[in-house]
Amino acid sequence: MSLLEIKGLNLSIAGKPILRDVDLSVAKGEIIAVTGESGSGKSMTAFSVMQLLPDGADTTGIIRLNGTELTTLPEPQMCTLRGGQIGMVFQEPMSALNPVKTIGDQVAETILIHDAMPRHQARARAHEMLARVGLPPDRFSPSRFPHELSGGQRQRVVIAMAIALRPSLLIADEPTTALDVTTQAQILDLLKGLVREFGMGLLMITHDLAVVANMADRIVVMRAGEVVEAGATQVLFASMRHPYTHMLFEASRHHVNLPQKECSEALLSVQSVTREYRLPRTRLFTQAEYHRAVDGVSFTLKKGERLGLVGESGCGKSTLTRAILGLEPVQGGEILMNGAPVYTEHGANLNVRRAMQVVFQDPFGSFNPRHRVARLITEPYHLLPDPPTGSERSDAVAEALRAVGLSPDDAQKYIHEFSGGQRQRIAIARALIIKPDLILFDEAVSALDVSVRARILDLVAQLCETHDLSYLFISHDLSVVHTITDRVLVMKSGRIVEEGSTDEVFSNPRHPYTRTLIDAAPVLPEIDPQHRSQPHV
Amino acid sequence: MSRGLWIGACLTGLMLALALLSLVWTPYAYEKLDIPNKLMAPSLAHPMGTDHFGRDILSMIMVGIRTSIGVAVVAVAIGLAFGIPLGLLASQRKGGWIDEVIMRTNDVIFAFPLLAMAILITAVFGPSATNAIVAFGIFNIPVFARVSRGGALSLWEREFIFAAQVAGKSRLRISAEHILPNILGILIVQGTIQFALGIQVEAALSFVGLGVQPPTPSLGRMLADAQTFVTIAPHIAIFPGLAIIGIVVGLNLTGDGLRDWLDPRIRVVRT
Amino acid sequence: MLRYTLKRLLSLVLSLAVASMVIFAVIEIAPGDPAQFMLGVNAQPDTLAALRAELGLDTSKPERYLAWVGGMLQGDFGTSYTYRTPVAGMIADRLSVSLPLTLYALTLSILLAFPAGIYAASRRGQMGDAAMMGSTQLGVAIPNFWFAMMLVLVFAVNLRWFNAGGFPGWGKGVWSGLHALTLPAIALALPQASILARVMRSALLDVLGEDFMRTARAKGLSRKQALWRHGLRNALIPVLTIIGLQVSFLLAGAIIIEQVFYLPGLGRLIFQSINSRDLIVVESVVMLLVFVVITVNFLVDLAYALVDPRLRSRT
Repeated sequence: MSLLEIKGLNLSIAGKPILRDVDLSVAKGEIIAVTGESGSGKSMTAFSVMQLLPDGADTTGIIRLNGTELTTLPEPQMCTLRGGQIGMVFQEPMSALNPVKTIGDQVAETILIHDAMPRHQARARAHEMLARVGLPPDRFSPSRFPHELSGGQRQRVVIAMAIALRPSLLIADEPTTALDVTTQAQILDLLKGLVREFGMGLLMITHDLAVVANMADRIVVMRAGEVVEAGATQVLFASMRHPYTHMLFEASRHHVNLPQKECSEALLSVQSVTREYRLPRTRLFTQAEYHRAVDGVSFTLKKGERLGLVGESGCGKSTLTRAILGLEPVQGGEILMNGAPVYTEHGANLNVRRAMQVVFQDPFGSFNPRHRVARLITEPYHLLPDPPTGSERSDAVAEALRAVGLSPDDAQKYIHEFSGGQRQRIAIARALIIKPDLILFDEAVSALDVSVRARILDLVAQLCETHDLSYLFISHDLSVVHTITDRVLVMKSGRIVEEGSTDEVFSNPRHPYTRTLIDAAPVLPEIDPQHRSQPHV
Repeated sequence: MSRGLWIGACLTGLMLALALLSLVWTPYAYEKLDIPNKLMAPSLAHPMGTDHFGRDILSMIMVGIRTSIGVAVVAVAIGLAFGIPLGLLASQRKGGWIDEVIMRTNDVIFAFPLLAMAILITAVFGPSATNAIVAFGIFNIPVFARVSRGGALSLWEREFIFAAQVAGKSRLRISAEHILPNILGILIVQGTIQFALGIQVEAALSFVGLGVQPPTPSLGRMLADAQTFVTIAPHIAIFPGLAIIGIVVGLNLTGDGLRDWLDPRIRVVRT
Repeated sequence: MLRYTLKRLLSLVLSLAVASMVIFAVIEIAPGDPAQFMLGVNAQPDTLAALRAELGLDTSKPERYLAWVGGMLQGDFGTSYTYRTPVAGMIADRLSVSLPLTLYALTLSILLAFPAGIYAASRRGQMGDAAMMGSTQLGVAIPNFWFAMMLVLVFAVNLRWFNAGGFPGWGKGVWSGLHALTLPAIALALPQASILARVMRSALLDVLGEDFMRTARAKGLSRKQALWRHGLRNALIPVLTIIGLQVSFLLAGAIIIEQVFYLPGLGRLIFQSINSRDLIVVESVVMLLVFVVITVNFLVDLAYALVDPRLRSRT
């Protein structure tokens, strides 16, 4: 008998259908992955099992746990099941813990709330669980508060809370999406180990096929509230009966063909750049301390070159970006664009800035909601001494919109009328409009669904052909950098630790950190050639 | 638009209409004494009765509302005129010396309870409506400075502001072009709330003699006069009080309704 | 925690110093000579000069400022121009009415607001919530001095449960003192309790939307348990701010409401002093009000740190 059985589950929230006729089951000791893009209903499926749905939710169908029907179970019994029989791990470890309670208390609370054992035993069990998830009490005191831990450590605490009573089912909703790739690998190992050790069933929700490819026993693919395909992992990858599964798979490891370029002339030259921040003083009368966010970084980007910059959060990527744009002064070294410094003592050098533009990560936050598209994408004209006006200006807007695959009519719309992918196209149009020599892509595809991401990457490759682009592509995502750049820099703690041609670095990393990164990055399995639409270059 | 906003807007509109009407017409001349008819209970001739000098209370309330609104509007305008530029300026470089100077000065002003400020100003310059306005106006400056700085700071973190910086726009220009239009909503809401507070402040200061001076009618002064006679003629205290409650409820409902309507996430400073 | 406390303490001292300078400077602008005022227009020049020397008016402004601050630090607030008695004693007498009244009202406000706010938040969008929010909307708008008059009308004049005004003094026992302060305290507390209840409700609703509340539910806590164990303490942070602000509003309100109940508190002292242009009393009372506000802010900052461990470790 299955541990968890969902049959014909329908869910609507305030009359809006969210899930349609969802079937899935989890057996004891089994790992089931539910995957799909945003809006597929994968997270809502998980919350339906927990019966933690928003107000106005209406469920029909069957959700059985160990033979108990959950959809009709009264709330008090459901409370007993939650934390007792079912544990749950969430996406955002930074906000999933109560900031004003110690981690030890929060883990012990799971035990105490179920009256499972007396207080001192509960405390001992909490410490034992923290040790099991890799936070031994002698090194990570249970009296610490969440803000004193890193994201990965907090996620370990959340896991300890979820498994404290050894539930039979563990639900993990995008448990590693907010984490760095090396931390992700550790958390995935931890979850796998726990399933084996406790014999739990694991229902894992993720948007990333690669994460579950070598972990899940079975995969359930969802789209728009429906299950489109389900099966044992190997079988599913081998057959891919549904075109959507196939599309997801291909988009996840999407490969673009960059046109070959001969590069010789230096465009951007970064020479032993150091950027320091003053730390808040720890004592009243000591010297101020500094944090070196960028530490002696040097590299050259040639005209026509597509350079990648990879590194985990906090490595100094963003600080370096701001320095290259001349938005902040540097404390050592020099940044030259076309031979001229990007920052002078009077502030940013706008004559140099004219040659650079940037595309940001967040497709929702990077536009003023009160302006029309025409005004939004012509904002960089401010950098020109005599920007085009009248019909010349509207022609330029139309051309930029066409270049990114949008219609010139879109110029009169507001930004909320566009989807995330379309907004990222508008962001690229804004960068193109003054025909810069260099574009900085700052995590420009990281917030997008895989299918949208694939199309934006195609657009970038196509613009390389038509617009003769040079760019610096900054990302934490190795697979994206692998396909979209010629050369790559690996950054760690403010320093460039490895530099080389992209293919060379990925196939033969020399620095141990690069190797760790590449090993930690989840990969999709190789499958038979008939399913390959794009040949590997 | 919610029901609260409708009720609030109607109530505010009614009070405004009464105040404007008093410019051209009141049932009786508010200053006309009629000692034989003093302390009359409400009747057809005097819907809200008469006071201890036989003056028509309805007429006095209409003019009193006008006075209250005038005092509150000017004081809020002072707060807006100084507070917004200071808040925007402070937000341009968080933690910079301009920010520090502006915010520390604000803290010092904030440390003066409104009444202490009014007492100080009155003790030196004598009681008057103008001095009440100045006291409440000064009190409003840090309120609006904080609200606009807070709203602006969260916007400065947004990528579209970063994009404008990349486009080479100066901080001053970004403040005017991108920041101000995006914090207008919260400023309107806070303005409504300070307006309501202004009505209450005018009444309280006039009640203790630090605000509007006779013969100008004011709701607070009417209540001060009523104190002596409230036990024998309760109506002379009840109606001016209800008028104050009416305006304040109307404005608060409008402010809360506007906040939910414009953006449910914005927060206001309640003092 | 120690560093945090010291830093707050430093900012407390600085604020007090700046505020005292501002008060001193404003009073200095006032026209007229206190000595002339005390002795009348027909005073002899030599008696005038003697009094000026006695009051320290013949020294320079910075010297006078330092003398004033130095005196206050030792509990000497100077001598009243009109009563010729030490200001400190006069203020202490009046504070024995105003301060208990403020604290009484603050206690009432918190006791009313917390249950009301929690009740409304836990029944969000239901009838109970709507009724509670409607009545607080009214409560916020009621002027406390008008409400005080209405309370007198109902409970003193008609029902005769309380006296309409006056204060027997603490000499006649705590109970009769508190009895006399009950109506004023209710009149002061109700509008403030309405504000506090609204803040409590919205702070709780904000916290209810946080991720960690969902985590708590996933652990098996019921809605109510999650609210009490995880919601309340986090909601306290904004509520503390408002409680801090309310102390100064209640103190100011007390000064006004004493006029309705004929209470011998700070209010009567200050309005008499304004009328008689006894500026030294005005100066001291304003400084006292500012002192209370700044000190309460300091205490609120310390309370933040107790509630929120993030503040304890940061700067």
